[in-house]
Amino acid sequence: MITVQNLSLRLGGRQILRDVSFTVRKGDFLAIVGPNGGGKSSLIKCLVGLIKPSGGNILRDTVDARDIGYVPQIKTLDRTFPARSIDLVVTAMRGSWPARISPRETNTSLDALQRVGADRLAFESLGSLSGGELQRVYLARAIIRKPSLLLLDEPEAGIDVFGTSDLYSLLDEYRAETDVAVVMVTHDWEVAFHHASSVLLLNGDQISFGSPNEALNETAIRNAFGHVGHKHGMLSGG
Amino acid sequence: MTEWFQYDFLTRALIAGLLVGGLASYYGVFVVQRRLSFLGAGLAHAALGGVSLGLLLETEPLVVALPFTILVAITINWMRENTRLSADTAIGILFAVSVSLGIIFLSLRDQGSADAFAYLFGSILTVSKTDLWATIAIFAAGLLTLRKLWGRWAYATFDEEAAIADGIRTSRDQYIFSVLLAVTIVVSIKVVGILLIAAFLVIPAASARLVSHSFSAMTLIAVLAGGSSVLAGLMLSYTLDLPGGAVIILCQTTLFLAALMYSRIHS
Repeated sequence: MITVQNLSLRLGGRQILRDVSFTVRKGDFLAIVGPNGGGKSSLIKCLVGLIKPSGGNILRDTVDARDIGYVPQIKTLDRTFPARSIDLVVTAMRGSWPARISPRETNTSLDALQRVGADRLAFESLGSLSGGELQRVYLARAIIRKPSLLLLDEPEAGIDVFGTSDLYSLLDEYRAETDVAVVMVTHDWEVAFHHASSVLLLNGDQISFGSPNEALNETAIRNAFGHVGHKHGMLSGG
Repeated sequence: MTEWFQYDFLTRALIAGLLVGGLASYYGVFVVQRRLSFLGAGLAHAALGGVSLGLLLETEPLVVALPFTILVAITINWMRENTRLSADTAIGILFAVSVSLGIIFLSLRDQGSADAFAYLFGSILTVSKTDLWATIAIFAAGLLTLRKLWGRWAYATFDEEAAIADGIRTSRDQYIFSVLLAVTIVVSIKVVGILLIAAFLVIPAASARLVSHSFSAMTLIAVLAGGSSVLAGLMLSYTLDLPGGAVIILCQTTLFLAALMYSRIHS
């Protein structure tokens, strides 16, 4: 599905990523975990094609950019932009902003929104949505093209705990139905441990990669974060 | 109203005014949503440098202003993309450079700078046949952007990264936008004047933003507001014998206040 080999990235004279290698197969759920500034979001942006890596390879089964569903961090959304949820969802079908939406596009968008439980939000203004609602709209936008790879950048940022658990349930359901591969940046170790099939621990360098049990071992976490926090106790116990 | 069409110069003023009013408002929606209100002022003052050079060289000032303004627009874009400076800093620098050049060019002339006032404050009744054809051409270019570029510009305005991820070449599109905006500003000089062009770009779009829930509605309402305020402004200025550009902007301000009240009542 996607294989990353010895990827490195330098931005503005600073080494962001060094020697990162991993593989994601159909149906996998990879969680990318690590401290702030560890290069997690930069790695996702390399996978989306927004940043060109300085070294290494990203090998994919298909080169079609439309085969990727991308959910960016919602905190970057411009809430002053006059838009309805359906306008945003249709951008994924058109690759541009819609002036008028056809009945066929309306139906397809409503189906995608319904799938994530957000069809009632279709004609609501984006600026009026809560973080959780917005995340659902972005997820509908990401799945409307039936991608084989879903990339999510810290989807839990800006959402309360209940909204977050809803989101992971939706992701699990969708993954079970479609066999889509999911790559998600998260700062939540618990999510990585309980929902992901593999974990990449990153702190500029690749600290570990493997099943959650293997990748989130005490040595790896100490290497990544410089200490073992209270959550590690939970993980060891869980 | 009918007496307007008895005089060629009034008919030309009306048509040119309506076209640039609609067009400036069309580009204005992107300017407002990208928080680039200062860009209009920056490019208008770049045009002042070109107009002054044209006056010094005793040639048609707007013909010199056109490449001058396009060059400044491209430079602003280049600085934003290739340096650590933000767009408003780049605009601030080029604004000052252009005005300085304009002042020097004017000071080098023997005749003084009195005729530069027509460009600063606008002189819509002096719109020539050539000016009108130039306006029609740039309006036609604006219409052509509706088919593909409007959607791509809007997408990049909403979220540039998402647009890039979908394969849109946002940098190239932004250069096209800057050049078209620069040309629109130059052809608007006779209608509203250099000093008021920034308002001409911003006020109809800002008014439309207050009453719109979608970007397509915002665009349509801004164009209608821009065109109708030119119509009302020209008629009022003719009746009251006041400067056209200033009256047009005050008509736009009236529309803005109405939009503000409407949005407050409905929020």
